[in-house]
Amino acid sequence: MDFLRPTTWAEALAAKADRPEAVPIQGGTDVMVELNFDLHRPAALLDLNQVAELAEWTSEEDGRLRVGAGVPYVRLIAELGNRLPGLAQAARTVGSPQIRNRGTVGGNLGAASPAGDSHPPLLAGDAVIEVESAARGVRMIPAAEFYVGVKRSALEPDELIRAFRMSPATGPQYFSKVGTRNAMVIAVCSFAIALHPAERRVGTGIGSAAPTPRRALAAEEFLAAELDWDARLDPAVLARFGELAAEAASPIDDVRGTADYRRHAIGVMARRTLTWAWNEFRSGHFERRAG
Amino acid sequence: MTRTGSGSATPVRAPRDIAAPGTGGVGDSPLRPDGTLKVKGEFAYSSDLWIDGMLWGATLRSPHPRAKIVSIDVSAALAHPGVSAVLTHEDVPGRKHFGLDHTWDQPVLAAGEVRHQGEPIALVAADHPETARRAMEKIRIEYEVLEPLTDARRAAFDPAYPQVQPRGNLARHQPVRVGDVEAAKARAEVVVSGEYRVGIQDQAFLGPESGLAVPAEDGGVDLYVATQWMHNDLKQIAPCLGLPEEKIRMTLSGVGGAFGGREDLSMQIHAAMLALHTGRPVKIVYNRYESFFGHVHRHPAEMRYEYGATKDGRILYADVEILLDGGAYTSATMNVVGNAASLGVGPYVIPNIKIDAYGVYTNNPPCGAMRGFGAVQACFAYESMMDKLAEACGLDPVTVRQVNAASQGSELATGQVIWAPLPMAEMLRQARELPMPPPLDASDIRNLPGGASQTTHGEGVRRGVGYGVGLKNICFSEGYDDYSTARVRLEVIGGEAVALVHTAAAEVGQGLVTLEAQIARTELGVERVVIHPADNQVGDAGSSSASRQSYMTGGAVMTACQAVREGVFALAAARLDRPLDTLGDLSLVGGKVVSESAGVLAAIEDVLGDAVIEETREYHHEPTTGMDPVTGRGDSHTQLALCVHRAVVDVDVELGLVKVVELAAVQDVGKILNRLSLEGQIHGGTAQGLGLAVMEEIVVSDGKVRNPSFTDYLIPTILDMPPMRLEILENADPRAPYGLRGAGEPPTLSSTPAIVAAIRDATGLALTRVPVRPEHITGSS
Ligand SMILES: Cc1cc2nc3c(=O)[nH]c(=O)nc-3n(C[C@H](O)[C@H](O)[C@H](O)COP(=O)(O)OP(=O)(O)OC[C@H]3O[C@@H](n4cnc5c(N)ncnc54)[C@H](O)[C@@H]3O)c2cc1C
Repeated sequence: MDFLRPTTWAEALAAKADRPEAVPIQGGTDVMVELNFDLHRPAALLDLNQVAELAEWTSEEDGRLRVGAGVPYVRLIAELGNRLPGLAQAARTVGSPQIRNRGTVGGNLGAASPAGDSHPPLLAGDAVIEVESAARGVRMIPAAEFYVGVKRSALEPDELIRAFRMSPATGPQYFSKVGTRNAMVIAVCSFAIALHPAERRVGTGIGSAAPTPRRALAAEEFLAAELDWDARLDPAVLARFGELAAEAASPIDDVRGTADYRRHAIGVMARRTLTWAWNEFRSGHFERRAG
Repeated sequence: MTRTGSGSATPVRAPRDIAAPGTGGVGDSPLRPDGTLKVKGEFAYSSDLWIDGMLWGATLRSPHPRAKIVSIDVSAALAHPGVSAVLTHEDVPGRKHFGLDHTWDQPVLAAGEVRHQGEPIALVAADHPETARRAMEKIRIEYEVLEPLTDARRAAFDPAYPQVQPRGNLARHQPVRVGDVEAAKARAEVVVSGEYRVGIQDQAFLGPESGLAVPAEDGGVDLYVATQWMHNDLKQIAPCLGLPEEKIRMTLSGVGGAFGGREDLSMQIHAAMLALHTGRPVKIVYNRYESFFGHVHRHPAEMRYEYGATKDGRILYADVEILLDGGAYTSATMNVVGNAASLGVGPYVIPNIKIDAYGVYTNNPPCGAMRGFGAVQACFAYESMMDKLAEACGLDPVTVRQVNAASQGSELATGQVIWAPLPMAEMLRQARELPMPPPLDASDIRNLPGGASQTTHGEGVRRGVGYGVGLKNICFSEGYDDYSTARVRLEVIGGEAVALVHTAAAEVGQGLVTLEAQIARTELGVERVVIHPADNQVGDAGSSSASRQSYMTGGAVMTACQAVREGVFALAAARLDRPLDTLGDLSLVGGKVVSESAGVLAAIEDVLGDAVIEETREYHHEPTTGMDPVTGRGDSHTQLALCVHRAVVDVDVELGLVKVVELAAVQDVGKILNRLSLEGQIHGGTAQGLGLAVMEEIVVSDGKVRNPSFTDYLIPTILDMPPMRLEILENADPRAPYGLRGAGEPPTLSSTPAIVAAIRDATGLALTRVPVRPEHITGSS
């Protein structure tokens, strides 16, 4: 097995163009597990840890954040927790402190597992994934178009993930994840919500309850039409939102949970997260919770 | 005490003599020699063994739970560069089968058919583990795949069900009969019944099966293995290798946890076969996936209970059926069934009892020993029944248990009289009166079910409290003489008296070697104690299971030390030139020979001089009897130990998520030998019971394991295990060394039903199966 160690982004892209079969490795928290389980035997590993720009984040002129694919969860929580609260909450639930020290959103996107915890908040927050190849340059892929199948993304073999771009929160955001233990657990299912008050719109993301992470589109459209932004939350609207979110899921039975339970839990989490977000929005301040 | 006979080199990271840290005797809590090393990642486990020129072994296993093997073609694997050997059942030098106890039914390598997924079929030795694995993939096996037999109930009761084993599908049926259940049914004022299920729990030890076999000049083999019972391994290994036991030298290497999962052989015979065949040392290390197929699990159980009682909650009869699925081979099923039967109604006095416990063969994963051993499954059922009875009689759960509680002098279901103190009613009172944890503080999500995963801010959360009591037999039962042996040597080294303790007892993480040193200090009055590696150059120590090593090997070390002490006294008399019987009552204290009347006579070092005193002693517990095959009667148990748990849980009833808020335990250990180790055992046993209550299960369908990884076989983390309150009692058992009671298993029994009772209290649900999954609480399908 070859071990490629580019030190710049250009070198990394060149290496990937040259060896499209090379498997990128960032934190290695997915890659190393797959190697250790002997799930596949890649001909080459492309180590991105020397590429300094991947570990940086910046504020762009359009006001959005551009977060390098190699920024580990622990820094995302510490440095961007206030601006990307939904994603930071999701990051807090990833694995254990060791995993959060190494693991990255870039790697989560690269793996594109339906259970990846970054995905629901990226979807709810309208994130755009910046990918690049030496041959065709940069492509901007909205999160909703990035996930194309179970553990498959829109990334081409000669492309690498450079960053994701996302606006700092303009309203409350929440992430909620069901697991059968209180830490170190892969999501049985998860749900993210982001209020976009300026647009009078609510974004959603469903995790681990369909072949890919996905938005609950009908539920979002329902709220866009029915939610009265100047009033208290109508219980009938809340209930309907929960139903529509549950209907958006198409889960399966597996060892982690049953399809029926997942659908039920998505409904409960949708109602709860909307309630929290709404209460916070109406109270006019962002409530900070520990965790 | 150098190794004899082999002449082969010692591997790197093989165990060596270790100096026991600290100076504490019995009752103190000196640190353990392996503690700091383990925390720093420096402890040498059996997977760390290394010797120059060694080969790596790999094991080809069946993907099918049931199949005929039509043909095996190893030629392509053998031709793979770097491969030294590929072996099948035809290459087993001696007996083709091994097994625990008397039932030798497990093939060393499958011949003609496979009976469970993961059954070993062929072995490869190569110069690199990856090479061995790749070559293994080139072994071509033609299977005729058969429908797996997975229905334990049909295996037990349907004579038309096909057979997994030629001897029939029933491994053991053990009845227990007391009084007249039918007559009692007519008198009962309250009748409650329930059906309970326990899923397959795994020992989930962290150090996978591993070891090293080194061929020796005498045609024998040196085996470095992580096991629970070397001498019983040897009894199985030697005939299969066709070697006399003397030619197999076993050394216990660093054990990464056991919990029963190392009572059966795993890689021992395989590595030795490859080493003898190639003339090279061979190391085998399972990975995590393979480990799930490399050892037996806890028997899953289906249990039907009916109790009748008076209105005031006095139980009149128990009618019980316990069905345990042992999988394809016998392993420990016989004894697990014995425990389930004799302890089927637990520590309650019931005048009329009918228990039928069955162990069956199926093509499900093989099951055998695991902490709690048959008593865990029954405890979940009988404690659930006690809560049901309490509700039916309008009593609280503590009172109904007190009303029916056994105590010193009562009879178990087997008729065996409880000879030692058993203050169960009082222990229940203590558990109830312990202060309650503070009410839920929902301002920090980490306190809530789901924790940082933020599934609730307090919505849907209800608190519940539940109790559980478990009674566990300590040491082996049913007539087995599971003695232990210790060799103790006292000599002066560097001007100081040093005791060397040598046993074959397996330190599996429970703290045994620390205790051995404590006992030597107390009995010999010395500070410096060195522990010799456990090996088979000394007599049998029995298994590190059944919570028995403090009792048995502790007892053996104690008696060997006492014999050495007599030697010191005799030597003292000689040195002082006085008859021994004129020296009065002697003891060894603080490095001195002390006479009760005359005070200090001499320093131990001065008495010893150049002399070396070495004594070897066996320790036997009082004999037990078998269980009558028709009535179950017999004095079958060596010792009984009780633990009471109170569990407090918060349940998110809408999402079915559980946070165990607090676990309080009251346990009677007879004598606290080392408080630090003891508390560790109670915490650990409780955590394992928590795992069974709410998350741990090997999920099987069609005979196949669906979650053989720590990604999906979940064990509790530090965020799942709550703080504990412990009340530890010391009511001595007069028959046991220092009055001690084995302590490792009882908390594993009682924590599971206590937690489930608390979840029932919070939800009002029946919850008849463990582990309780979220969908059981939300009522989803
Ligand atoms: C114990 C444990 C617990 C875990 N718990 C969770 C959890 O709770 N939630 C969760 O979502 N995940 C969990 N994971 C999975 C993993 O930690 C996450 O998916 C993490 O985000 C991966 O990041 P990484 O940087 O380590 O990725 P890596 O392992 O380095 O890579 C992951 C994938 O992305 C590809 N990749 C990496 N960087 C790039 C790039 N720049 N361009 C293109 N492709 C790239 C790799 O080739 C690989 O396919 C856990 C893993 C472990 C071992």
